[in-house]
Amino acid sequence: MFPTRANLLRASSRVDINVLVPIKRCIDYAVKVRVNPDGKGVDNTVKHSMNPFDEIAVEEAIRLREKNKDLVDSITAITVGPQKAQDTLRTALAMGADKAIHVQVGDQHNVEPLQVAKTLKHFINRDKFELVLMGKQAIDGDENATGQMLAGLLDCGQATFASSLQIADGKATVTREIDGGLETVQGNLPMIVTTDLRLNEPRYASLPNIMKAKKKPIESVKETELPFDLKNRLETVKVAEPAQRTGGQKVDSVDDVVQKMKEKGLI
Amino acid sequence: MLNNIIRRGSYFIRSNKFRPFSSLSSLSADEIMLQDSVRKLAQSAISPKVREMDESEHMSNDVISHLFNQGLMGIEVDSQFNGSESSFMSVILAIEELAKVDPSVSVLCDVHNTLVCTVFNKYATDPQKELYLPQLTTDKIGSFCLSEPASGSDAFALQTKATKTDNGYILNGTKMWITNAAEAQVFLVFANVDPSLGYKGITCFIVDKDQGVQIAKKEQKLGIRASSTCVLNFDDVFVRDDQVMGQVGKGYKIAIDILNEGRIGIAAQMIGLAQGAFAKAVPYTYQRKQFGKAVGEFQGMQFAFADAHTQIEAAKLLTYNAARLKEEGKPFTKEAAMAKYYASRIAQAVSGDAIEWAGGVGFTRETGIEKFWRDSKIGAIYEGTTNIQLATIAKFIQREYSDM
Repeated sequence: MFPTRANLLRASSRVDINVLVPIKRCIDYAVKVRVNPDGKGVDNTVKHSMNPFDEIAVEEAIRLREKNKDLVDSITAITVGPQKAQDTLRTALAMGADKAIHVQVGDQHNVEPLQVAKTLKHFINRDKFELVLMGKQAIDGDENATGQMLAGLLDCGQATFASSLQIADGKATVTREIDGGLETVQGNLPMIVTTDLRLNEPRYASLPNIMKAKKKPIESVKETELPFDLKNRLETVKVAEPAQRTGGQKVDSVDDVVQKMKEKGLI
Repeated sequence: MLNNIIRRGSYFIRSNKFRPFSSLSSLSADEIMLQDSVRKLAQSAISPKVREMDESEHMSNDVISHLFNQGLMGIEVDSQFNGSESSFMSVILAIEELAKVDPSVSVLCDVHNTLVCTVFNKYATDPQKELYLPQLTTDKIGSFCLSEPASGSDAFALQTKATKTDNGYILNGTKMWITNAAEAQVFLVFANVDPSLGYKGITCFIVDKDQGVQIAKKEQKLGIRASSTCVLNFDDVFVRDDQVMGQVGKGYKIAIDILNEGRIGIAAQMIGLAQGAFAKAVPYTYQRKQFGKAVGEFQGMQFAFADAHTQIEAAKLLTYNAARLKEEGKPFTKEAAMAKYYASRIAQAVSGDAIEWAGGVGFTRETGIEKFWRDSKIGAIYEGTTNIQLATIAKFIQREYSDM
């Protein structure tokens, strides 16, 4: 059980915490995304890898344990995705997560944040996690919603856009990157923390750890085994490429720049 | 008859325990993960240092630590010796990925894995494995000392002598063109215990650097300049009996055996190199405009790219096939020679062309395209020259087609 307010005291007196790290398999950040001819989606036959913000979350969980061995009892990676998403879970295991949960959906099913949040809540209620560390958003949908929705569903604290994280005495202290600077917040565990780009630089799995990851357990759960459905609430009507950049114009002097900008009504 | 064929077919499928039939370029999930991981390491930790290491002719210690920390210096070694306990194909993929960024770093990793660690894995006694493998996987680089001033392709004409004494041997002689020698702590030295026995006197010794290995000269080279290549002197170096690798007189067998699979490693280095040069030059041709369009859009360029790309693919398939054959325990000597011969040839051709594709920019040292071409030349020389590879392939042809 995710500790409720009533047994928070018990939770905070515990030394060790269990960390859940939700991850997503996305089109690799280095791939140039191309829109399908039907205008309803993008070409998915390209290289995929773990959402970079999730990689940062996995790394942070491992660093929490490396900093204080007694603090972190277990690190579990979880994903909602197609069969191939297992490879992404293996990457998390090779980086240092202990075990993984794979909620399998169809190849073409791009699950929405609310459904993912409900799924995470389901497993948080089933097992016991004091900290959820997850990417602030996935680079495919850029929704930036799942973490916040999950905190809402669980009625617990959330700290988004984390650029530093400290855990001590059952409390999490998080520095957040906000417009105009940094904000530090503190709250009791359990908490949802979403990671920003500057929290850490994720490691690449070492070869011995890649080999060891083969022996770590992945629990596979079918979509139909969940007590709710993962159907999308939204339909993708249209996907379009960003507008082509039109060529600029060269001018000879500062006066010309001002003149041209005036002509175009920009100043 | 039909039953028999079916039975044999299914036996073959079962006996092929590594993977079901699939395309040569199909990789397992672990292999893809390893490839990804080495690629990231190469891009982030090695790439920024390539030019400086080349210009200063020095391998960065930082790069070496990265290779050890990532488990790339004992890829096939058992985990009880701190190795990664992975496959030969993983070695090949790691060498290829490293060579895409720096063939010098690639050869350091290659020699350490395919020559040194493999000799220990296959021929060392248990106490030797227990003593040396944990060092070789943790922080000590190994070096393979076979060539001499008067013995290269004719390796077994080597002159270094091992004279028997009470409880060991005294080594005397000179070794030449020894890769990794400047950084290495553990040396596998081939010496003859009794020249009257000819090649049957050749024995492989494990020598620790502090037993008196002297670096006489560090060579200044055309390519792979960050990788050290040295002349070594052995003046009355005493080694104990328990430092004989395998058995006395088995050195020639070890050398032949190890160099056969080592060639697949060099082939991997060469296909990585060719891909590295290709990937540096081609994108530039789509940016550079002449006569109103991108240079890469002229048909003369397009066909050159297509041809080079096909050659790289062919070399890759030869290399992966030789590696898979080795993993499956099948004969691979001819295929390894073909892979090394062809990969080194196309690596030189592709990297040379890549300079021209990038034009004036390709000729400058700043872009690093010319470095790939300089680095490629060694591919036709070390671990069996091109002519030695061709002679090996020809031997198989003659065996098959003579006496018909």
